[in-house]
Amino acid sequence: MAANPMTQFNVYRIGPEIKVGEIDISFTNASLFMIISTITILLIFNFGAKKNSIIPSKLQLLGELSYSFIAKMISDTAGSKAKPYFSFIFSLFMFVLFCNMLGMIPYTFTVTSHIIVTFVLAAFIFIGVTIIGFIKHGLGYLKLFVPSGVPMVLLPLIVVIEIISYLSRPISLSVRLFANMMAGHTMMKVFGGFVVSLGIVGGWLPLGFSVALTGLEILVAFLQAYVFAILTCIYLNDALNLHH
Amino acid sequence: MLKKILLKTFIVYFFLINFIHAAESGGMPQLDPEFWFSQIFWLVITFGILFLVLSKLILPKISDNLETRKLQILDNLELAEKQRNDSEDKIKEFENIILKSKIEAKNIFNESRKKLLNDINKKREKLEQELDKEVKIVEAEIEELKKKSPEKINKIAVEMSGDMVNQLIGANVNNSSITAIVNDVANKNKTL
Repeated sequence: MAANPMTQFNVYRIGPEIKVGEIDISFTNASLFMIISTITILLIFNFGAKKNSIIPSKLQLLGELSYSFIAKMISDTAGSKAKPYFSFIFSLFMFVLFCNMLGMIPYTFTVTSHIIVTFVLAAFIFIGVTIIGFIKHGLGYLKLFVPSGVPMVLLPLIVVIEIISYLSRPISLSVRLFANMMAGHTMMKVFGGFVVSLGIVGGWLPLGFSVALTGLEILVAFLQAYVFAILTCIYLNDALNLHH
Repeated sequence: MLKKILLKTFIVYFFLINFIHAAESGGMPQLDPEFWFSQIFWLVITFGILFLVLSKLILPKISDNLETRKLQILDNLELAEKQRNDSEDKIKEFENIILKSKIEAKNIFNESRKKLLNDINKKREKLEQELDKEVKIVEAEIEELKKKSPEKINKIAVEMSGDMVNQLIGANVNNSSITAIVNDVANKNKTL
């Protein structure tokens, strides 16, 4: 079991099987870690927002720094029009970040290492952004696919490329996060396996690698959450401020 | 006992299932669609709750906190600025008051000096006048006395010479003749 580095991604049922019609919505380890992430986020930010002192406590400082960090990120990439979507992007960033980070604790499950989870998030963002674009600009949103200053000859080709790139957004967004998480955790598992199989004599080198990889993975966990959030902001920017 | 056995079998079954499952699929568990709907369902629920609680309860509070801090800092800065200006104004006022009071004190001093001098002058004049008056009165008196004195001297001289003649010769000399002689002598003295 330990030999296969992919077993860490197994989803298994916890408790009884729950079925609604033909659909299985049983409580699994993935669900458990989603709930743990949500509760952790809510607890941290709830305690961070509870007391309002002029000189903030550590948790309050954490909450306020996160708030201004994401507010700045949104205003930098999508402008002031994106303010109503602040709560969503904040939740998205925190959810992805905490799922990634909780996955770094040994024997835990990484929710974001599953393509279905990241794809649902990305698809939701994609559909939401497209709807917002059509609401704000009507059919003029289709101008997004027609960049200005392109010669008429190239236009059909460019439009096709633009449409393909637009449609591939949810896939690239979801695969980026999922692949990063899966690859990192697999690597760590593989090196961990080497430590065990090489034993006390030769295990020191992969152990060092493991330590280094842990640091790298923590960086990646943060970075991927940031990339996920900032790409959402960029897509939102396209929908809100039509530049083309 | 039964419970223990049940628990044991449950645990063994649990791990066995996992093991078999992993062995069977071999590849990526992510691509096994068995729990996809479960994951989507729980993702929607947890993320939905997270979004709702954050956007309705927690984020407005943090925003408020930040806003109140910002406002308070601005208020404090404003207040400090105001107080500084106030204190500067007060210092200026204070300096003005000191300046004014210095000038006033000078004025009062000068005025009182003038008044005093005036008073002194007036009193002196008055005194001088009074003195002059008295001197004049006295002078007049002296003059009068001077005027009166020859007559009196003559009278006394007449009386004395009458008495002296009476005692020397024992005879009463006529008063009028003595007066004539005395007047004659007095006139001689005056011319001298």
